[in-house]
Amino acid sequence: MPESISYNNLKPLTQWVNLQQPLSFDDYCQVGGYQGAKVALEHSPNDVLDIVKNSGLKGRGGAGFPTGMKWSFVPMFKDGDENAPDNKYLVANADEMEPGTFKDRLLLEGVPHQLVEAMIIAAYTIGANKGYIFLRGEYHLAAKRLQQSIDEAYQNNWLGEKIQGSAYSMDLYVHCSAGRYICGEETALINALEGKRATPRAKPPFPQVSGLFGKPTIVNNVETLCNLPHILKNGIEWFQAIAPNSDAGSKIYGACGRVKTPGLWELPMGPTLREVLYDYAGGMQEGLQFRGLLPGGASTDFLVEEHLDTPMDFDSIAKVGSRLGTGGLIVLDDKNCPVAMVLNLMRFFAQESCGWCTPCRDGTPWAVEVLNRIEQGQGKIQDLDTLAKLCDFMWIGKTHCALAPGAV
Amino acid sequence: METIDTTTIDYQHYLTAPEIAAIEHEASIMETREAAGIEALKVVQENRGWISDESLFAISDLLAIPIAQLEGVATFYNLIYRQPVGEHVIHLCDSIACHLTGLDAVLAAIKQHLNIEYGQTTADGKFTLLSNACLGSCDKAPAMMIGTEHYQHLSPESAVDILQQLAVKGAVNA
Ligand SMILES: NC(=O)C1=CN([C@@H]2O[C@H](COP(=O)(O)OP(=O)(O)OC[C@H]3O[C@@H](n4cnc5c(N)ncnc54)[C@H](O)[C@@H]3O)[C@@H](O)[C@H]2O)C=CC1
Ligand SMILES: Cc1cc2nc3c(=O)[nH]c(=O)nc-3n(C[C@H](O)[C@H](O)[C@H](O)COP(=O)(O)O)c2cc1C
Ligand code: SF4
Ligand code: FES
Repeated sequence: MPESISYNNLKPLTQWVNLQQPLSFDDYCQVGGYQGAKVALEHSPNDVLDIVKNSGLKGRGGAGFPTGMKWSFVPMFKDGDENAPDNKYLVANADEMEPGTFKDRLLLEGVPHQLVEAMIIAAYTIGANKGYIFLRGEYHLAAKRLQQSIDEAYQNNWLGEKIQGSAYSMDLYVHCSAGRYICGEETALINALEGKRATPRAKPPFPQVSGLFGKPTIVNNVETLCNLPHILKNGIEWFQAIAPNSDAGSKIYGACGRVKTPGLWELPMGPTLREVLYDYAGGMQEGLQFRGLLPGGASTDFLVEEHLDTPMDFDSIAKVGSRLGTGGLIVLDDKNCPVAMVLNLMRFFAQESCGWCTPCRDGTPWAVEVLNRIEQGQGKIQDLDTLAKLCDFMWIGKTHCALAPGAV
Repeated sequence: METIDTTTIDYQHYLTAPEIAAIEHEASIMETREAAGIEALKVVQENRGWISDESLFAISDLLAIPIAQLEGVATFYNLIYRQPVGEHVIHLCDSIACHLTGLDAVLAAIKQHLNIEYGQTTADGKFTLLSNACLGSCDKAPAMMIGTEHYQHLSPESAVDILQQLAVKGAVNA
């Protein structure tokens, strides 16, 4: 790539987003689409795995787990190996329901072919012949557009038998869910896809070894996957040079609440909270003061003014006591009551708890009750003790999934 | 409440041919028939508005899913209605971004206009009001979904306007 191109202006993920009318198959190919998948098919799955590992790509679903490492846990078999399972699965996690998170919707509605291409690359690498897009039920437009793109990919032999003359075959389906936050947790999602009640499963075993229908399965977030075509097409160096001083690649950041210009922006990894809040979201609306924010969705911890110079990457945000999560700021102003805000969040978690673990099933509504009292001005000093105890009771390690710690 | 004699419900008599075809298609792309349960519920709900006990039994019969398990699935999801609902179901987002940007006023205006609370249906059977978790419109909050339409940047006035227009237009999904 010529030196003159500023890496910082590159927006690989969102460059071709068009919400009115997403690119058709032909138009997507015109702008370089399916080139990444082509490169992948020219390499062995093992080589592609090395590329993804070395790229430094981390999961954009919120936990930031290194994607290549996750894939490397999937058992691989030689042709004809009698121990090989009859199938493995790739699932795109498009259940986006974390309050304050709306980034995947942009990719799903705006450039659906990118996800289809990405899934071909990922499935090929882990040796899966079947992929599912697990889509939240409310995203009707995305469902329609994804299905159109999948149909076009079949017509052009990018899906189906012997893709582009290679020995690799793959089928891809959209599964529309019916609205329940816990379905986004990867093991709950697997239960949901199997037609069971969507409660999480105990880990280990991790899905990479025993997932959908008991077979090796990779679940990746939509945004994570959408990086793949670009990494394959442009190479590892290009990907790492996007954000030389941070986690590799770009990230879709967002902001909502009473800021001047709420929205989404694809930026090199690691802008500071302040930059996103003031340079992109425009700061607070007229007459309002900044009070605090959640950096990456409802399940992340509050940050305030003194934290604003923290870069938004996985490690830096963790160092100041929160999590990058999904990278969407939820901004609180001085005219909204903080207790009411916390109450709103806690109500959400109480409602969405799947009810499997006692601390979460009973702890979240209890916290709602206490907060309700405080909000109505009837709080007692003991209530704070109760809340502190509840927080401890629902912390990491005491429940099956991260919903309860997220609520705290 | 009357108990239903489940032995009398046989899917072939209860479900229509297009319903069965749509469900069989879903079953064919999954590894097990059980896995098509949620899609089956959606297919039937789309045609009949909600999932009655009879519908539940018929699907359980067609897909050979134990009834208790299917009921567990049906009641787990927000978008499966196990009670009759109005012609239009309003899913008003009550999550954080909408809360911060004026949900309370919009909710009050809708309740007043329709004269119902969350979970209720208007006397004329036109509207049911439900809350919904974040609709992914947080940058354009407050937001609601009715049928497959998403409405954003709501104000008390615009929300009531939308409902008035729907009331004259008839069903969105029809
Ligand atoms: N995008 C959204 O709408 C939402 C995102 N989240 C995010 O989800 C995150 C929590 O997700 P979890 O899946 O519970 O996190 P996790 O850290 O348990 O897992 C993350 C990924 O890494 C894999 N992994 C982790 N440890 C592993 C090991 N030892 N061996 C093999 N694989 C391993 C898991 O299989 C999973 O795919 C939170 O950070 C939150 O921000 C939460 C709610 C909604
Ligand atoms: C309660 C809960 C809900 C979740 N919802 C989502 C979701 O909607 N989308 C998503 O990508 N990940 C979600 N996750 C995280 C997934 O479990 C998993 O970590 C992710 O899909 C892995 O993808 P990645 O490695 O590409 O980030 C959720 C986790 C929890 C605990
Ligand atoms: S922590 Fe809550 S949501 Fe997660 S498995 Fe336990 S009860 Fe279910
Ligand atoms: S919080 Fe209402 S749309 Fe996200």
